[in-house]
Amino acid sequence: MKKYVELKNQQREIFHFKLRLATSIGFILVLLGILLARLVYLQAVRHDYYQTLAESNRISLVPIVPNRGLILDRNGVVLAHNYSGYTLEINSGKTANLEKTIDELSTLVNITQKDRKRFKKLLTERRNSDTLMIRNRLTDEEVARFAAQQYRFPGVEIKARLFRNYPYGEKTAHLIGYIGRINQTDVNQLEENELAANYRGSDYIGKTGLEQRYENELHGTTGVEQVEIDSGGRVVRMLSRTPPASGNTLVLSIDAKLQDIAEQSFGNHRGALVAIDPNNGEMLAFVSKPGYDPSLFVDGIDSQSWDELNNSPDVPLNNRALRGQYPAGSTVKPFMALAGLYYKIRSPERTISDPGYFNLPGSSHQYRDWKKGGHGIVDMFKSIVISCDTYYYGLATEMGIDNIFNFLSRFGFGKKTGIDLEGETSGLLPSQEWKMKRYREKWYAGDTVSVGIGQGYSLVTPMQLAYATAVLANNGIGYKPHLVREIRSSRNSENRLLEINGKFDLKLNPADVDLIKRAMVAVTQPGGTAAQASANAGYPIAGKTGTAQVIGMKQDEKYDASKINERHRDHAWFIAFAPAEQPKIALAVLVENGGHGGSTAAPIARKVFDYYLLGKIPTPLPDTEENEDDQHD
Amino acid sequence: MTRRQLWLRFIAHIDPPLLLGIVLLMTVSLMVLHSADNGGWGRPLNQSFNIVVALTCMWIVANLPLHYLMRIALPIYIFGMMLLIGVALFGDISHGARRWLNIGVATIQPSELMKMGVPLMMAWYFEKNEASLTLKNHFIAALLLLMPVALIVRQPDLGTAILISASGFYVLFLAGLSWRVIGILLVAALASAPVLWSMLHDYQRHRILMLFDPSQDALGKGYHTIQGMIAVGSGGIVGKGYLNGTQTHLDFLPERTTDFIFAVYSEEFGLLGNLMLLGLYSFVVGRGFMITANASTYFTRLMAGSITLTFATYAFVNIGMVIGILPVVGVPLPLISYGGTSMLTLLLGFGMLMSIETHKKLVKT
Repeated sequence: MKKYVELKNQQREIFHFKLRLATSIGFILVLLGILLARLVYLQAVRHDYYQTLAESNRISLVPIVPNRGLILDRNGVVLAHNYSGYTLEINSGKTANLEKTIDELSTLVNITQKDRKRFKKLLTERRNSDTLMIRNRLTDEEVARFAAQQYRFPGVEIKARLFRNYPYGEKTAHLIGYIGRINQTDVNQLEENELAANYRGSDYIGKTGLEQRYENELHGTTGVEQVEIDSGGRVVRMLSRTPPASGNTLVLSIDAKLQDIAEQSFGNHRGALVAIDPNNGEMLAFVSKPGYDPSLFVDGIDSQSWDELNNSPDVPLNNRALRGQYPAGSTVKPFMALAGLYYKIRSPERTISDPGYFNLPGSSHQYRDWKKGGHGIVDMFKSIVISCDTYYYGLATEMGIDNIFNFLSRFGFGKKTGIDLEGETSGLLPSQEWKMKRYREKWYAGDTVSVGIGQGYSLVTPMQLAYATAVLANNGIGYKPHLVREIRSSRNSENRLLEINGKFDLKLNPADVDLIKRAMVAVTQPGGTAAQASANAGYPIAGKTGTAQVIGMKQDEKYDASKINERHRDHAWFIAFAPAEQPKIALAVLVENGGHGGSTAAPIARKVFDYYLLGKIPTPLPDTEENEDDQHD
Repeated sequence: MTRRQLWLRFIAHIDPPLLLGIVLLMTVSLMVLHSADNGGWGRPLNQSFNIVVALTCMWIVANLPLHYLMRIALPIYIFGMMLLIGVALFGDISHGARRWLNIGVATIQPSELMKMGVPLMMAWYFEKNEASLTLKNHFIAALLLLMPVALIVRQPDLGTAILISASGFYVLFLAGLSWRVIGILLVAALASAPVLWSMLHDYQRHRILMLFDPSQDALGKGYHTIQGMIAVGSGGIVGKGYLNGTQTHLDFLPERTTDFIFAVYSEEFGLLGNLMLLGLYSFVVGRGFMITANASTYFTRLMAGSITLTFATYAFVNIGMVIGILPVVGVPLPLISYGGTSMLTLLLGFGMLMSIETHKKLVKT
C-alpha cells in the first residue's frame, strides 16, 4: 500500500515537472519569437534605411574636444593656460615608408633628433589609429613651406591644436604638475570609471599635481558633431552639433609672486618651502627645489631629457615638499615642550642643569648636546630659545613614547595632511606598535631619547611641518590645508567656493601656548638661534630652527662641516609664523645640506614674510654664501 | 583492452547530439572572430586554445558520476559564499566596483563560480527535501539564491546578479513554485521597481535610460547600440558576405570580438545566417530539454533544466542587447564571443548535462 502511494506520487511529480518543462519551452519559444520578429524588422523591413546609413553615406560622429580649464593664482595670475599652434602630424597607416617620409619632411621643416625619438615613442604606445605628431609649434614660415609641398606627402597634415602652457615653468612644476598623452593605463582607468566616452578625441590627461587631482573639473565635456562622410572618409555635410563645454577654471589660494620669491630665495640650494594661512588652511606657497620644465612632459618626453632628469643627483622630479621625508630635528622642540606642559610632566619654571650630555639611569652611553660643556641652568623658555638638546632628552624620557606619539599625532605628525595633491607621504611618528611591526623588536628607552630632539626613527615632510606650525600659530585650531579655493564654472557664472572644512580644535591651554609662542619669538631676538635673519623685521616673528642629521656621528666624533662632503652636510630647517601675535602666515623651510637652520633656512623665510606682510620685493637676489658662525641650529 | 574498447570508454559519457551542436557553434565562433579580427588569426588561435581547455573540462565533468555532482554542491556553494564575503570585505576596488579577490597569485571573480554554484546548491537542497516539499522549502531555497545575489548586486555587478537570479529562479520554477506565488512576486517586483531604481548606481541608470534613447549618449554606450543596429540592419536578408562587413572592417563597430560579435555575424550573413544561428541555438537548447525530460532523479531534472534555460537566456540577453531591445549589460554571446572564462563556465554546464544523460543509461543497464 505504502509503496503504491509513493509510486503514484512519483508519477504525479514527474507529470507536474513535465508540465513546468513544457511551460519553460513555451517561454523560450516566445523569446525566440521576439528575436526573430526584431531581426526581420531590422534586416528586412528597415533594411533600406540601415543600408543607406552604412553603405552609401556613413554617418560619423566627430568628437569636439573641449578647452581645458585654466589655473589661476589668488590674484588672477595665470599659472596654466592654452594657446593654439600648428602641429605636423603623420598618419602611419597611410604612409608607406615612415623613415623616408620623415627624412624628406626634414628638408622643409626643422625636425630634431629629439622630435624623431619622441615620434618613435608615440608610435609604440599609440592607442588608436589617429595621426601622430612629429613636430609641434610650427612657425608660420614652416607652415607655408609645407603647405606648398603637401601633395608630395600623402598621410601627412598640418593641424591646429591647443597647447598647454605653464608660464611659471619649473617654479610651479611640483604644484601644478602637467598633462601628458593618454596612455593605455589611463584608458583602462577611464573605461572603468565610465568616462571613456567623454575622452573620445582627447589626447591629454592630467598626470601629476593639480592637473591630475582636478582632472574632472579641468577637462570639460566633449561635444559631438554628427557628419556625413562619403566612402573615401571625406566630410560631405554636417548634420547636427552639440557644442563642447570648456573645463572649469581653478582659482588657487597660492600667491604666484610669493611663490616666485620663495623659489628664488633658495638660490642654488635644494629644498622645500610650504606656507599656509593659519586662519583657514589656505596654501600660500608650495615650493620644491629644484623643479623641472613641465612642458617637456606634455608631448611625451624624449628619452634623453628623461634620463637627464631621472639620473640627476639633485632628483628634480622628487616633490620634496609633499614627499620628502626628513628628521624634524630641533623644530620638534616647541611641540615637545607643549606636550610636556599638556601632560604636566614639566612645569615652565622647572630647571635642569645641563652638563653637555644626557645619560639614561644605569647607562654610560652619552647623548650629547650640540654645545660642548652644556648650557648651564636651563628652564623651558630658555630650552627653546637656545635649542638645548639635553633638556629634551630628559623630557622625552620622562614623558615616554606613548605620550609623545599621542600628542604629536594630534598635530599631524606621522599622518597625511590631506592636501589636495596626489602622492603625499605620511612621514613617520614612531610608536611601540610601529617598531614591533617594522623590526619585530620592543621599544627601548634609548629609542625615546633621540625622538625628543626630532632624530631617531622620526621623519616629517615639509608639508607636515608647515601644517603643524600653522595649527600651533592658530592656538591649536587647525584646518585641512588646500590649494584650490574656488572653482569657476565655464557654463554659467556660478563660482563654487570650496568650503573650508576639516576644522578642529586641539583644546590647548592658552597659557601653555602663550609660553611656547613667547619662547619662539625670543628665538628670533638677539640671543636666539635665528636672531640674525630676523633683525629689524618691523613685525614680530615666532620661529624655531632645526638641523636634520644626514649621516650618523660616532660617540667621540665632532661634526665639522668643512670636513664633510657637501651632500652629507646636515639639512637646515626653519619653522615660523608672523606676525607672532596675530599670525597671517605660517611656514616651514627646508634647505638640503644647508647646515644651520638659522643661517640658511631662516633668511628664506624672512624674504617670504617681508613680501607677504610688507609687500617688500627682495633686491638684490639673495646671496647663497653661508656664514659659518658659532650658532648651532 | 583493444583500441576500440578504449575509444568506446573514452566517448562513453559524451552526448553526440549535444556535442555536435556545441562544436558547430564553436566553428561559427572561430569564423566570425577571424572576420572581426580584420582577417587576423590571433584571436581565433587564442579562442581555439580556450575551446580545447573548456572541452577537456567538459569531458572530465561528463565522466563524473551523478552522486559526485551532488556531493560537491554544498562545498562549492559555501566556498563561493566565503569568497563573495571576502570580496565584500577585502576585495580590490577598481573604480567603484569591488568584484575581484586577490589571492596572491591571481585575482579571481567569485561571482563567476556562483553561476554554477547557486543552481547546484538549490537543486541539491530540493533533492534533500523531495519527500515533503512545502512553501517553506521554496522560501529557504529562495534565500539560498538571494544571499549571493545581494552580495553581487552590492559589488555592484548588475548583469551577473540578474543572470544568477534567472538561473536560480528557473530551479524554483521547475521545482513547482506555485503560480500564485509567482504572480505575487511579479506584482511585488513591479511595485518595488522605484525602490530598486533609487538603489542603482548612476551609470546603471544611465544604461537603462539610454535603451529608450540611444542618441542621448551617442559617444558612449549609445554609440555601441546605434552602430550595432546599423550593422545588423544593413546586413539585410543574405548579408554582405564573409569578411565584407563594412561596419566591422571600417572600425565603426565597438567591442566586436566580445559583446557585439553578433553584429559582425549578422552584418555578413544576414537574416538567413541569423535563422541558421538561432536554429543551432534552438537545437542545443532542445537537446538540453530532452535530457531534462529524461533525467532520472529530482536533482538532475532541476539541474539540467536550469542549465538549459540559463544557456538560452544568455543567448537571448546578448542578442537582445545588440539589436536594441535590452540594455547594454556585459553578457557575452554564449560559445561565440571571445573569452576563456565564459567558455569554461558554459562547458562545465554542458559537461553536467552529458553526465546526467549518460550516467542515467548506465544505471538502467
